[in-house]
Amino acid sequence: MADNKRIDQATGTSTVGHEWDGIEELDTPMPRWWLYIFYACIVFAIGYCIAYPAWPLLTRGTPGVLGWTSKGQLEAELAADQKAKAATLAAIDRLPIEEIEKNPTLMHAAIDGGRAAFRINCSACHGSGAAGSKGYPNLNDDDWLWGGDIKSIQQTLLDGVRFPGDDNTRMSQMPAFGKDEILKADEVQDVVSYVRFISHQEAASPSAKRGSAIFANNCAVCHGPNGGGNRTVGAPNLTDKIWLYGGDRDTLTQTVTNARYGIMPAWGQKLDPVTLKMVAVYVHSLGGGEAIPAAAPATTVAAK
Amino acid sequence: MADPRDLTNGEEHFFAARRKVFPKKIDGTFRRLKWAVMAVALVVYYVTPWLRWNRGPYAPDQAVLVDLAHRRFYMFSIEIWPHEFYYVAGLLIMAAIGLFLVTSAVGRAWCGYACPQTVWTDLFVHVERMIEGDRNAQIRLDRAPWGPAKIAKRSSKLILWLAIAVSTGGAWVFYFTDAPTLARELANGTAPFVAYATIGVLTFTTFTLGGLMREQVCIYMCPWPRIQGAMMDERTLAVTYKSWRGEPRSHGVKRAAEARDGNMVLADLATGATRIGDCIDCNACVAVCPTGIDIREGPQIGCITCGLCIDACDDVMKRVGRPPRLIGYTTEVDARLESAGKPALPPLRRLLRPRTLIYLTAWSAVGLAMLFSLGTRTRLTVEALQNRNPMWVRLSDGSIRNSYSIKVRNMEGRPRTIELGLQGLDAAIWTEEGSRQSASRAVRLTVPADQVAKVSLFAAAPATGDQRTTITFTARALDREGGAASAPSFFERPE
Repeated sequence: MADNKRIDQATGTSTVGHEWDGIEELDTPMPRWWLYIFYACIVFAIGYCIAYPAWPLLTRGTPGVLGWTSKGQLEAELAADQKAKAATLAAIDRLPIEEIEKNPTLMHAAIDGGRAAFRINCSACHGSGAAGSKGYPNLNDDDWLWGGDIKSIQQTLLDGVRFPGDDNTRMSQMPAFGKDEILKADEVQDVVSYVRFISHQEAASPSAKRGSAIFANNCAVCHGPNGGGNRTVGAPNLTDKIWLYGGDRDTLTQTVTNARYGIMPAWGQKLDPVTLKMVAVYVHSLGGGEAIPAAAPATTVAAK
Repeated sequence: MADPRDLTNGEEHFFAARRKVFPKKIDGTFRRLKWAVMAVALVVYYVTPWLRWNRGPYAPDQAVLVDLAHRRFYMFSIEIWPHEFYYVAGLLIMAAIGLFLVTSAVGRAWCGYACPQTVWTDLFVHVERMIEGDRNAQIRLDRAPWGPAKIAKRSSKLILWLAIAVSTGGAWVFYFTDAPTLARELANGTAPFVAYATIGVLTFTTFTLGGLMREQVCIYMCPWPRIQGAMMDERTLAVTYKSWRGEPRSHGVKRAAEARDGNMVLADLATGATRIGDCIDCNACVAVCPTGIDIREGPQIGCITCGLCIDACDDVMKRVGRPPRLIGYTTEVDARLESAGKPALPPLRRLLRPRTLIYLTAWSAVGLAMLFSLGTRTRLTVEALQNRNPMWVRLSDGSIRNSYSIKVRNMEGRPRTIELGLQGLDAAIWTEEGSRQSASRAVRLTVPADQVAKVSLFAAAPATGDQRTTITFTARALDREGGAASAPSFFERPE
């Protein structure tokens, strides 16, 4: 094949010597600057190998004189991110919590930071969307055991609920009326009838009527004479549509017999004050957040 | 490392050095057209960023601005947001189809007149002639040994080229930020690094491509000449040497006369037994060619159809008393007709053919569609994203609440008050700043000029109803000009 090389008349260029059905290829020389670019690429590659990690060795690669690592780059970017956030975090730290929500920029920063911290620390019990589950309150709704204003939420977060090892923790304990034989089994059923009556789940009945008197003597001290609850002791409102454990007869019977009391860690021992504040702002922003009552709530004092 | 010349000088020529081109100065119709196109192109390029356009207090006043930092593209009265990028895509499609149309009708007009590579190379060649003189002087200078005069000429040429290259890159950056501010910053050295880097890169490319590479860009690097072959046919204009008129060249006849008995040849000429063509083989067409080709060899990739050889040949034809356009813009069909002694096709028959008409239709369809959508586009949009974690929340009175992330885009250059409403469901709505106590059928929010407002919206409705209700969020601007937008969404209830 290669001996078919000839000089093309029209161009004066040699052919490569291949021929396909009369079609031949010219052996046009490459432009010389192309070669220079190739040399420049070699020079660049040598420089790159010297400057950056390049050659694999037995235990690790050549480090390169610039000392660049992807891990180092990540650390630098994280440090730059921390630096960029520092001013906002300092402002959140400085302001009292009720002032943060008056500043939209700070509030949105706090919600974002709080959401991130919530996902890491709180979602195990309350769920990633803070919707809770049986025994773990839904933080999106407008029903609060210990208060839904931002200061109460912050307080709950700081010292937790019934958390051993925190003297200021929110404390109360429901008696196990059935197990401890404070009430007899039929009396428990009467109370359950009454609770289902005041929560509009059952019509009035003789059992509910009997339960009314038992409720006034045993339950009203915490849950209120009308069953409306008492946030100073974390006693839930029994008349609304929200049930932490369930409002059906079986669950209520279990609740009255064995008592219920959830525990939440005192996050003040684990989270720094800025993160704690941001989580409080986030929880308050979920839709059920309440305004701070005009009179300063004396919740913690009463709980002791 | 081996010297590359070892390779190029060997028996096998793997690599070829650039064949030096010294285009000769010429004046004529097409040279003047090229000057005019160059003037328009350069004026548009350098002046555009300095034009002002009043958009009120909330938007920049630069007429043409690609504001990458704020993701806006301003072109006189048109403002384009990132989500409207299809207008830019449409412009690019129009530019491409327009180029197809021009190419199929008049050949490589883009290459010959309007391509930046051509315009800037022309400018660099002109500067070179100013410093080093015309073709012959340049050839002499190139062959002359290095001495003070050569060094002075070469260095002053390179300095002028560098100045052009710097100002080319320098003008480019003004399209991306406020031009007067950037000019001040560039002058006192406080401009952002990316501005200097961009100027540096463009200075390098302009200097290299326009000054050093020149026709090699068109021949080796640019894909467009290769693609153009698909748009050209036998009725596309191309610069053509009319060989049926030019051949045999008188030079060749004269040489033949020298070889034989001169008198006999003259006698043949007198009786018409030997015909000589109009081409006197003066090589003027080759001397002026900026890509250094011989057009008489026929159509070739190196011909950018700039028409300078036409000017050169017309000049010679006039002097030897022959009709002009021995070299001229001709189609293949016309060339066949003319060589057979028939008249050329009328211009309209040449232009109006399915290929050009299809390109024209596609081009104007895209243009009209863009104009229509530009005229009817809305400057207010609303987007509603239903929050799905949790999908619904039961409130203490038993009603169901859904929450939504709402984005309202105010694309006007002034703040507007927008009323958000919800249709398709009897629900009360409130934002994160309000509360359920203050909930109503509509909420108002003020969206800053040329901004997107993001707001969390809550909607509460009785628990009885469909598990999934289709709803529509509406946004209405409450100012005099008005404007409305809507977004579909859902309201979910527990099973």
